[in-house]
Amino acid sequence: MSRLEQHSAYNYLRHTKKFPNVWCAGCGIGIVMGALIRAIDHLELDQNDVALVSGIGCTGRMPVYMDFNTMHTTHGRALAFATGLKLAQPRLKVIVIMGDGDALAIGGNHFLHAARRNMDLTAIVVNNAIYGMTGGQYSPTTPIDLRATTAPYGNVEPPIPVGELAIAAGAAFVARGTVYHAVELDRLIAQAIQKEGFSLVEAVSYCHTTLGRINKLGTAGDMMNTIKNNSVTLSAAEKMSEEDRQAKIVRGVLRDVERPGYLRLYDQVIERAIAQEASHAG
Amino acid sequence: MTLKLMQGNEAVAMGALAAGCRFYAGYPITPSTEIAEVLSRQLPKLGGKFIQMEDEIASMAAIIGASIGGLKSMTATSGPGFSLMQENLGYAVMTETPCVVANVQRLGPSTGQPTSASQGDVMQARWGTHGDHPIIALSPTSVPQAFDLTVTAFNFSEKYRTPVILLLDEVIGHMRERFDMPDFENVQRVERLGVNVPPEWYKPYGDSVSDVPPMANFGDGYRYHVTGLFHDPMGYPTQRLDEIEAWIQRVNRKIERNLDEIILTEADGLEGAQTVVVAYGATVRSARHAVKLARQRRHKVGLLSLLTIWPFAEAEVARLAQNCRRIVVPEMNLGQLALEVERVAGRSKVRRVNLANGEMIHPQMILEAIEAH
Repeated sequence: MSRLEQHSAYNYLRHTKKFPNVWCAGCGIGIVMGALIRAIDHLELDQNDVALVSGIGCTGRMPVYMDFNTMHTTHGRALAFATGLKLAQPRLKVIVIMGDGDALAIGGNHFLHAARRNMDLTAIVVNNAIYGMTGGQYSPTTPIDLRATTAPYGNVEPPIPVGELAIAAGAAFVARGTVYHAVELDRLIAQAIQKEGFSLVEAVSYCHTTLGRINKLGTAGDMMNTIKNNSVTLSAAEKMSEEDRQAKIVRGVLRDVERPGYLRLYDQVIERAIAQEASHAG
Repeated sequence: MTLKLMQGNEAVAMGALAAGCRFYAGYPITPSTEIAEVLSRQLPKLGGKFIQMEDEIASMAAIIGASIGGLKSMTATSGPGFSLMQENLGYAVMTETPCVVANVQRLGPSTGQPTSASQGDVMQARWGTHGDHPIIALSPTSVPQAFDLTVTAFNFSEKYRTPVILLLDEVIGHMRERFDMPDFENVQRVERLGVNVPPEWYKPYGDSVSDVPPMANFGDGYRYHVTGLFHDPMGYPTQRLDEIEAWIQRVNRKIERNLDEIILTEADGLEGAQTVVVAYGATVRSARHAVKLARQRRHKVGLLSLLTIWPFAEAEVARLAQNCRRIVVPEMNLGQLALEVERVAGRSKVRRVNLANGEMIHPQMILEAIEAH
């Protein structure tokens, strides 16, 4: 067995699909892909029972490399496709992989409603705060004052706090990790996949090719270091002042509640409908 | 058989159930909402699922997702919602996913007049989503036919792995007629061609004798890739010109080579007719009356009712055009399918009869066109 074949990710990759992948050297998306594979491996899920659904953008390309039931859908709509798939095949673990523009701009409405319904899906949002594939336009998570190709004088729109939005909408499980803290990310994704209802993992990443270059934020390594230095665990954040915390990426499980998932609720609808039909027939 | 006074929209819902539909996702919109209401009540009784999505974009996405999961799926809408569905309708074409979209046409553009009848979405049904693509669109003329054509729409979608549009108009959607609904077990159902090779041999978009590749459902053990990008026989994105060209040719060919089965028409007195009325949807009802009146006045008039609007019955209309002097095309729009008729009419003169104010076309208007010199 070659070293490659011994790698824990080997069995989860599609060898008929020609690598290399579409991502720039140094991109954080591959780290999220690795974390996802390690989480699935850790949970010992059957590959036939996992579906990966993505939208459009750099992150949207992730599923094609992995050997599961994979679906690369339209921009922003991945959660809606995944909703139909999950309702048709409740047995499948349906994991939805989106970028920040995909999930929160064009797909913002679907994001809110999947969380509100507590649809039994796991969403992973790779947040690199930019539209990378189209060349660096500002996204709904681009920080204020940073420049982008469509914000040449600096961005004036405040960013959406991804996790907090999902909590407000009703998600059962919300966590935030970063591509620097890869081992922690494995664990957060594994927790999310096991959760009943809607679970979200925000994976904070970076784009050195667009956002980094335009704003002179350095190499991929430099941007990774910035994420490392700017992030704190939830318990550390709780000891900080509100003002200090605002400037930090807070990592950890932000919400974890027991709430019946949509599938369990709809099973009740089916039961009621059948019971009513039987009583009318009787 | 169950004898009922049934509404057109209700007949669509019942036809869907009879065809084996077990998933509906939709968003409320006049004048199609009854389809959703009936299915929200009926589907769970059969173990099926209904969901009211956040918009029509999501509805279209959800039915495609459910179909890839193995359930026969549909949505229903009207003009504004149909516009929103165009994006993912293209995805269904590209991924060859069976599904049915009912559009109960209302007067547009924009919000227009939600409770008024129209046939204004004929060209949108054909070319609404971007890019070159084939499409099937069926248009019933009565409540019983709304049931039958809904079943046909599901059968075509499964057989040819394509979205099928059910183009009703507000008149057919909301009118009530006597209908002897058949028992569901007596309804002929077509199922998608399944896979009978081991997973390692499966090519989800490979060549097949019929040009329609067998379809594995997610969860069946065939792990494959579905994408809206042009893809190779394995389903993986491709930029190779030969693979893109092969896809385009095959997907158009799978419809074109089956026109005889797909194009459904009804002929009435076409033999020896000097004037032929070509109509579809609710307008057929006015045309029938006009033809009857014209025959009483000894005009040689025939009526060709198009139940399949797309693909257009071009061979049949061209053949008729060789033997008649004029073709009358009444439509509740400013002339959409008339463009197709004119394209193949040869030397026969095409007379358009158009009304786009939300009213039905009166038989008298068609009669005048038949009699005009």
